[in-house]
Amino acid sequence: MTVKEIFESMEYGPAPESAAEALAWIADRGGIAGPYIGGKWGPLRDDFASSNPATGERLAGVTKTTADEVKAAVAAARKAQPKWAGQSGHARARVLYALARLMQKNARLLAVMESLDNGKPIRESRDIDIPLAIRHFYYHAGMAQLMGDELPDRAPLGVCGQIIPWNFPLLMLAWKIAPAIAMGNTVVLKPAEYTPMTAMVFAELCSEAGVPAGVVNIVTGDGETGAALVDADVDKIAFTGSTSVGRAIRNATAGRHIPLTLELGGKSPYIVFDDADIDSAIEGLVDAIWFNQGQVCCAGSRLLVQEGIADAFHEKLRARMATLRVGDPLDKSIDIGAVVDPVQLQTITSMVDANTEGETYHAPGPLPANGCYYPPTLITGLSSASTLMQEEIFGPVLASTTFRTPIEAVQIANNTRYGLAATVWTENVNLALDISPKLAAGVVWVNATNLFDAAAGFGGVRESGYGREGGWEGLMAYTKPAQAAAPAKPIAPTTGTGGPVDAVDRTGKLYIGGKQARPDSGYSRNVYGPKGALLGQAPEGNRKDVRNAVEAAAATKWRTTTGHARAQILYFVGENLAAREAEFAKRINAMTGKRSGAAEVEAAVQALFTAAAWADKLDGAAKPVPMRGVALAMREAVGTIGIVTGDELPLLGLVAPSAAALAMGNSVVATASYPYPLAALDFVQVLETSDVPAGVFNILTGDPAALSQTLAEHMNVDALWSFAPHNLGAGVEAASAGNLKRTWIDEGTHAWGGKEIRAALDQATEIKTIWVPYGEGYGGGGVY
Amino acid sequence: MPDTIATTAPTASHLPTAVEPRNPGMELDLDWALGIQANTSAIERRAATLPGRRSVKKAYQAAWLAKAVTMIDLTTLSGDDTEGRVQRLCAKARQPVRPDLLEALDLPQLTTGAVCVYHDMVPAAVKALEGSGIPVAAVSTGFPAGLSPLHLRLEEIRESVEAGAKEIDIVISRRHVLTRNWQALYDETRAMREACGDAHMKTILATGELNTLRNVAHASMICMMAGADFIKTSTGKESVNATLPVSLVMIRAIRDYHARTGHRVGYKPAGGISKAKDAVTYLALIKEELGTRWLQPDLYRFGASSLLGDIERQLEHYVTGAYSAGYRHPMG
Repeated sequence: MTVKEIFESMEYGPAPESAAEALAWIADRGGIAGPYIGGKWGPLRDDFASSNPATGERLAGVTKTTADEVKAAVAAARKAQPKWAGQSGHARARVLYALARLMQKNARLLAVMESLDNGKPIRESRDIDIPLAIRHFYYHAGMAQLMGDELPDRAPLGVCGQIIPWNFPLLMLAWKIAPAIAMGNTVVLKPAEYTPMTAMVFAELCSEAGVPAGVVNIVTGDGETGAALVDADVDKIAFTGSTSVGRAIRNATAGRHIPLTLELGGKSPYIVFDDADIDSAIEGLVDAIWFNQGQVCCAGSRLLVQEGIADAFHEKLRARMATLRVGDPLDKSIDIGAVVDPVQLQTITSMVDANTEGETYHAPGPLPANGCYYPPTLITGLSSASTLMQEEIFGPVLASTTFRTPIEAVQIANNTRYGLAATVWTENVNLALDISPKLAAGVVWVNATNLFDAAAGFGGVRESGYGREGGWEGLMAYTKPAQAAAPAKPIAPTTGTGGPVDAVDRTGKLYIGGKQARPDSGYSRNVYGPKGALLGQAPEGNRKDVRNAVEAAAATKWRTTTGHARAQILYFVGENLAAREAEFAKRINAMTGKRSGAAEVEAAVQALFTAAAWADKLDGAAKPVPMRGVALAMREAVGTIGIVTGDELPLLGLVAPSAAALAMGNSVVATASYPYPLAALDFVQVLETSDVPAGVFNILTGDPAALSQTLAEHMNVDALWSFAPHNLGAGVEAASAGNLKRTWIDEGTHAWGGKEIRAALDQATEIKTIWVPYGEGYGGGGVY
Repeated sequence: MPDTIATTAPTASHLPTAVEPRNPGMELDLDWALGIQANTSAIERRAATLPGRRSVKKAYQAAWLAKAVTMIDLTTLSGDDTEGRVQRLCAKARQPVRPDLLEALDLPQLTTGAVCVYHDMVPAAVKALEGSGIPVAAVSTGFPAGLSPLHLRLEEIRESVEAGAKEIDIVISRRHVLTRNWQALYDETRAMREACGDAHMKTILATGELNTLRNVAHASMICMMAGADFIKTSTGKESVNATLPVSLVMIRAIRDYHARTGHRVGYKPAGGISKAKDAVTYLALIKEELGTRWLQPDLYRFGASSLLGDIERQLEHYVTGAYSAGYRHPMG
């Protein structure tokens, strides 16, 4: 085209970024992406190809790291870990700082490599992925520097196995490696099968940055390599990827009690109220669902528009879609690049083709003749029942429905198994701040979308996984308490032949929904003292009692009460327990045969006071993210928590963790100490006289193995804590995979002092990050 | 045809041959105008990422810059303006880029979009531009503050039109926006449009003094309802002139107005656009948000004085491959 012709047409023309340097980098290194173990490359084999999805051309051969090679990588990491952890935080900070600097100095190589390998537009890799990855290393260099002063009670986990997806290869690598090595862990990371290339560049930068051999190990390969890493002798698995693989990892690691971080799928709602800045909300959708071809776990893929503006909104949206430019990812004026692989393209295509509901609009812009491209797509007129409103498509496809009121918007938004992110558009600050806490999501963006920063936690609730990445909260996933508790010993119930000790029969019942309930089974178990005296009977709770208790727990409004109100009730429980101290002490002593009853009651009262004290004091945070706005880290109750009480402290072991859970707004279904169940049954009377709302605190007695299994399987239980030393963990952890509930298995001894209760508060809460950019007015001085 | 004018100029071959009906205005519709929201942060994000999303290179860049030249309202608005100064400026408007460069680009007839002067300089400008087809634009209505008596402001328009100005850049009463006196804003602008007669009215919002993007959105829409042919950001005398976020708000209002009424209103950012790269970014913004039709001088202008110099240097670089120097290009 001549200048004169372009002068008339005013077209953009090509604006290509050169691939030459990146391709030369690959060629110079033999054209194979393979394992980097103990600071050395190899063995390098050409087991399968990594291709450029924009062209289908082969980029490099990839080595499928074998299980034995993965073991070698873990061994290298294991060997390097003590020395790395033993270095000063400052020494580690220097290494992370060097990594950040080197990534900056190689930013264009990394960006081009990422776009070649993944198909994402160079604009995104250059302006978003790579800068965020660099920021992550800067930020965590600081965390390494501060660890000694700020986290004196925390220690590294050891060797971390990390498995990352193909949608943000380098960024996810940074999210995984930076916090891990900052805290003194060593890592074995497996990049995705489709996208190993930037990890290769990164490995080379590790050598240049002075990362000691074995601290960062990278194993290329496919799902089998990943499975081998999960099976290897690692102290932690961090995984980002699909919910199905996340569930498989939960199953595979069940019983090992290694901490997991799972960042899984999503079907995140994008809610537009009728008072929103419509044009900006539409532009936001470009960043929500047409960012990275929609292959984003937190993509705003479910559009919820208020009914009155829906038609106008959709019309404007279609007009906007028509100007999106799909094409060569290395063109600087391209909005949407290539889908990562033909397999993914086929998945997207068949999901959309299978849909028969609503109205499908494909953006009319031209698609390249070859390569993996899918047009921006909007499907309107769907409902919550539609498959495409429920299933993650992981492509540039937006499914849309309408709502009438804010309450209905929340109902539709939360009508999903997922809970990763949510976007809210409204100019009404009351509405925005009212709705954000109500959305089931780990991240909420107000009048913006897909904002990320190293200082702000990212992660999901429900089946979108658990754990947070970024911020101080992200460090919890890569550290453990510096002092480990001694394992607790199981206590067998005693048997006996003696007569009843009570002059009048006492009948303890299950406590479900604020009422004393006979067990569904109709059975009770005799409870004997250590010398054989018959102390009483404990009901044999069964799965139906669990069902009833969970139903009652889920129905409460406890989580919406104020911290002050919860504190008052917990104090009152403490007051009423203290008033009956002698009776409880006597009961405990009768069961245990010890004289520790009085001290235990005293500790339980203290635990109630400690939890009550925290109820209105566990602050959230305003994160210093690099923008004009606030990123609020709000502590939210996890939901319904099942608590399996340990054996040895029949009252304190029940009361302390439960009080921590209740203080944060959770509802509790607790099982009593198996050998010593009667104190829990007596405690029901204390609850009944202490204004505890019905259903907030439910107490069951019975076989902890059976009860914990039912609790772990229950889809409406959000977390399960087990302190019973009965090897329940494996079953509980495996069963928890169903709805990916959070598990806390701690079979150590407990004293439930202040620090332990404080630690329980972290388990009792999830951090929700609410991003609120703000601004009004310009010019005329002031900070702008 | 009182409500349409041909934008085709006899010698300026770059101007579009299409005839765009003038915006006749409409009844004041406050529900619509005030219902528009403008979220500052979101608008700023869009504006900040746009330069990274669109890029034009090589021949495309040269063509876009040549197009930008045709959109420049070459402007002098100084207290020390004289007829001689205006004549020099007009000569530059006729030959904005060195002939050898225009030959190389195969765009020999290129001129700027207009010359913009104070009322007293209109006769000199009209004379200097005679036969060129380049319109003279006059700033009017007590420019830049717009605080002289309304009847004098209206009379000033009429006198400028009488003197040969084809385009009148009026300033709105900012106080009407700041005090939410929308009816007064509408009535006044409407009266000015009537005073303009066949001359096109560019409505300067003085966005730097409106302070919020919401005000900009509402004022933009009300001025279009009052019959503005163009909406324009600034007088160049406010402390904040044209910005991308303000532009985004104004052109989105133009888009909405077109969607509802079918009338295309032009856009003119003024002040602070001095680099060729910035000009390309503005044109990309227009292309993205309004469409390619707006990339013609009948619907888009730059109010700029130093932009042309940078474009000239970039065009020479395109033609010769070597970076240029300012003194190689005739001053205006």
